[in-house]
Amino acid sequence: MSPELILPVLIPLTAGALSLSLWRSVRYQRLLAVLANGLLLWSGIWLLMSTTEHGFITMQMGSWPAPFSIVFVSDVLAAIMIVLTGIIGLAIAIYSLASTPRGHEKFGYYPLMHLLLAGVAGSFLTGDIFNLFVWFEVMLLASFALLTLGGERAQMEGAIKYVTLNLFSSAIFLSAVGLLYGMVGTLNMADIAQKVSQVEDTGMITVVAMMFMVSFGIKAAAFPLFFWLPASYHTPQVAVSALFAGLLTKVGVYALFRMFTLIFNQDVEYTHNILLWAATLTMLTGVLGAAAQFEFRRILSFHIVSQIGYMMLGLALYTPLAIIGGVFYIMHHIIVKTNLFLVSGFTYRLLGSYELKDLGGVYKYRPLLAILFLIPALSLAGIPPLSGFFAKFVIIRAALEAEAYLVTFVALLVGLLTLYSMIKIWAEVFWKKIPDHVQNTEELKGKLNEKHAWAYYVPMVGLAICTLIIGLYGQPIYELAEMSAKQLMNPQLYIEAVLGGDQP
Amino acid sequence: MESLMAYVVGIMFTAAFYMMLRRSIVKLVIGLMILSNAANLLIFVVSGMTRGAPPLIPEGASGPVGIVADPLPQALILTAIVIAFGVLAFAVVLIRRAYEVVGTDDLDQMKDTDT
Repeated sequence: MSPELILPVLIPLTAGALSLSLWRSVRYQRLLAVLANGLLLWSGIWLLMSTTEHGFITMQMGSWPAPFSIVFVSDVLAAIMIVLTGIIGLAIAIYSLASTPRGHEKFGYYPLMHLLLAGVAGSFLTGDIFNLFVWFEVMLLASFALLTLGGERAQMEGAIKYVTLNLFSSAIFLSAVGLLYGMVGTLNMADIAQKVSQVEDTGMITVVAMMFMVSFGIKAAAFPLFFWLPASYHTPQVAVSALFAGLLTKVGVYALFRMFTLIFNQDVEYTHNILLWAATLTMLTGVLGAAAQFEFRRILSFHIVSQIGYMMLGLALYTPLAIIGGVFYIMHHIIVKTNLFLVSGFTYRLLGSYELKDLGGVYKYRPLLAILFLIPALSLAGIPPLSGFFAKFVIIRAALEAEAYLVTFVALLVGLLTLYSMIKIWAEVFWKKIPDHVQNTEELKGKLNEKHAWAYYVPMVGLAICTLIIGLYGQPIYELAEMSAKQLMNPQLYIEAVLGGDQP
Repeated sequence: MESLMAYVVGIMFTAAFYMMLRRSIVKLVIGLMILSNAANLLIFVVSGMTRGAPPLIPEGASGPVGIVADPLPQALILTAIVIAFGVLAFAVVLIRRAYEVVGTDDLDQMKDTDT
């Protein structure tokens, strides 16, 4: 038995239930949120340590032997993702103490946050394809409710697009699971991986692979399927935006990594070539979309899309170095992107707007905040010695080694355009004088009229430190990514761990 | 029987896409409803249809005798129906609220957040 494997799901689920039973007492809900997400981070670190020691950890639900039961599997990639979930969860919980409006807290903000995290953690750990669908739905339902909490016009419009496209993607996912089950007669991912090579009708396997690619592509916001993201991510209140930006699309990316290394590795020429094109166009359209925007969170939303391209590029090149780069990029991106959203939320708190034309003068009055923006922003653009530089460096090196020169060029160009967008924000929000038409500037110039002002700074500083650590002490992080890439490139290890693994 | 059901599934997907592409948000939700049912029916059909052979193990035997229906897809469909029901309940409340706030059920009028 290994309790650390199930704890990352159990902790948020229990916390969600407890939080619901404390419905009337917002104070205890807040306390519980910070406590439970701290525990989640702790269990994630425990899981990562024991996974790096053993290679794989598996657990069969109800002690049924492997292909018949629902299994939970943790490899290094899943464990890394759980640690990141813990970090982001804790940061958001603390930030919410200050930023979440009282009305949202009263209507179940904290329970929904816990359930969302449970869904995310479950998606990372499950080894059963139908169970993955169920965890996706747990995550989606919580995210629907979080997105619409508050009920403003923009939120409703954004939510309709978000809900429709995500349900559409779920329906494709479910159909693909059904077709796959019809061919191989099993739902256990390891068992599918083993049996899929014996199926004679390889054309049908490719069809199913493409259905999975479209479904996860929608969830990950890949090139032609990303329009729901910039239409909805800037509408909810900022802690929710930051949580979504950090974790939700990355669940889709994780699912792509899992499926297209473990199961659909037969026809790499075809599937991964499509992934390569999708990745390239995702990078390019995302960054060009961002260049045309003049609203803080919309710019950041478009940058999520362009960064997803880099991660998919790592998968699409399908060499060990590229996979290392992809995993490294995921680690870097989750932390940096969440931090940027948190900074945008704090400037909104100070000046009451996300529009660049209504912002200004932050550097003069709040130099610390300016530095806290600069660290993740330059990291996102890939300036050394921050985390983004190494992430981009590994991927671009892998692309050069694979002799994909066009893709390399696009990746470098997108880095440059990212820098342009970040400088645009820097110049408008931080360097520019406060525009004349902005009235309420007392809070920017003087003291913040807020009981929990520390709760804004702690997560931003914490995440900035994480960025610096990944940048300056990159070696251990790189080694982690290397271990996970080794496991991903040898699906046989996963299959053996699940099917021939230690029986309880 | 299977080929007939295949056509039914195809027609349901077509109907769902048609409804989703219309401008009214009510029709959009109806489209989503049909879409999830079409996916459920697809699971049911591709796993093979067996008549009158429940997966029961006779007394004394260690496994089912002869050809029996596969019980797993039915469990999957049941789970998927429950999930779809919950999601649908949310979607219905969402469109009602959206109609109240925006004051129209025309999707073409709801593009403030698009870019």
